[in-house]
Amino acid sequence: MKRLSAFNVTSLTLGFAFLYLPMLLLVVYSFNDSRLVTVWAGFSTKWYGELLRDESFLDAALVTLQVAVISSTIATVLGTMAAYVLVNGGRFFGRTLFSGMIYAPLVMPEVITGLSLLLLFIGIGLDRGVLTIVLAHTTFSMCFVSVVVSSRLVSFDRSLEEAALDLGCSRFDAFRLVTLPIIAPAVISGWLLAFTLSLDDLVIASFVAGPSATTLPIKIWSSVRLGVTPEINALSTLMIGVVAVGVITASLISKRTALRVQRDARAAERTA
Amino acid sequence: MRRFALIAIPYAWLMALFLVPFLIVFKISLSDIALAIPPYTPTMKDGFGALIAGLDFENFVFLTTDSLYFKAYLSSLQIALISTSLTLLVGYPIAYAMARAPQEWRATLMMLVILPFWTSFLIRVYAWMGILSNEGFLNQILLWSGVISTPLTILNTDTAVYIGIVYTYLPFMILPIYAALDRMDDSLIEAAEDLGCSRMSAFWLVTIPLSKNGIIAGCFLVFIPALGEFVIPSLLGGSDTLMIGKILFEEFFNNRDWPVASAVAVVLLLILIVPIVLFQRNQQKQAEAEA
Repeated sequence: MKRLSAFNVTSLTLGFAFLYLPMLLLVVYSFNDSRLVTVWAGFSTKWYGELLRDESFLDAALVTLQVAVISSTIATVLGTMAAYVLVNGGRFFGRTLFSGMIYAPLVMPEVITGLSLLLLFIGIGLDRGVLTIVLAHTTFSMCFVSVVVSSRLVSFDRSLEEAALDLGCSRFDAFRLVTLPIIAPAVISGWLLAFTLSLDDLVIASFVAGPSATTLPIKIWSSVRLGVTPEINALSTLMIGVVAVGVITASLISKRTALRVQRDARAAERTA
Repeated sequence: MRRFALIAIPYAWLMALFLVPFLIVFKISLSDIALAIPPYTPTMKDGFGALIAGLDFENFVFLTTDSLYFKAYLSSLQIALISTSLTLLVGYPIAYAMARAPQEWRATLMMLVILPFWTSFLIRVYAWMGILSNEGFLNQILLWSGVISTPLTILNTDTAVYIGIVYTYLPFMILPIYAALDRMDDSLIEAAEDLGCSRMSAFWLVTIPLSKNGIIAGCFLVFIPALGEFVIPSLLGGSDTLMIGKILFEEFFNNRDWPVASAVAVVLLLILIVPIVLFQRNQQKQAEAEA
């Protein structure tokens, strides 16, 4: 077995310490008894109590979840359609413009996306609220979904779909019964990506939210601008915890599926 | 018919919510500020002829006369460049060590690099506020260990912005470099060493050129978003940290000058086109090289 040199061990240790220590400190200080966030005054969970009693955080969290679920679901449908068109759609009028519009939002600064959408919503007289945030989030996250899904579609063996068509499937059934199950992992990771992007977005939401709908990042933003608070430390800890559990579970599941696929393949080889 | 719908629905969505909004920004950047709702003139209500006649490049001229904007563009470029280089310096050794790690560790190491990406960006930036402030964790450690005798002012300076950008964008630098190094054939290094290269020169002459595409991709992935960054300079930077994303936000919300904010956005986009096109070309070249 290859062994890591001291230099490599050092860079890994320092690198991961750099990535994780700041978050670890947040978690530790969320259990600090003192309101002065820099002075350790003993263990306490009182900030979690304060946080749960503050209903505005809960309301903001519910709005955020609602927006994230709706927008990532629409974005997954639209993004998968767009990916299918880009990879298998052949030539059509305005294809270059279409692929440009898929890739441009990925690199567009959030301030510009937010500003332009706000100007559109004001221009057409749409009231700002949950609906406008959903529209905005769907638009940028469908592009991310489409990139993730199209990278899978490129390596997809189209003869499988053609076989289904030859055997009498309609185009839609062939997609539903053959293509979709094969690209499903990419579609699911696209949805997860869209969901996370929506949960995370501050800048675009600040432009298009209006006073009636406050998402969690907007709420966090308005309190952290004034400095570090123990309630936000507690909230951050909860959010980090949810993500850590989610990502670790997902990676364990995908590892297990990969192992099962390997085992099935070996079993199939033996019977053959 | 189905094929038409399949193309038309995402197409129409992007036209309506990406292209049209951008054209509106462009149009408003050519308008004048007005005390009205919406706060600019002319609007569609004035009729098409008057609309076209009322547009001019005044706001863009204004951007060149007020040195604030020029300085902000320059300092955004400078901050993005410096922090991209710092991210490369920090990220390369990590990616290199990951690619040298035993095979069975690599999936876990990958997950550890990606995991912070799934946690809230805002919270990751916020975490540094508590570390870098005058009474913060870093100063406490340094004072306690006797390295310094008075607290360092780091929060609300450009240094804090660099740290914030390096920290939040580090995974974007590590992943493409790791991908390039992972594909590399180790026997090439052995061959170079057999032929008399020292380890250092084998690294410079073989490893670095072979990971060039990963380095380029990583640098663009950090540089492009860093240029328009808003959250990091607002939370970690000082009042004298000029970044164009922050200026745009303030111009729009605090000064309520929509035409100038739109002009700032148009210019920012023009500046971004160069790195974006270069990035696309690099990706294409890489894809062709693999095919």
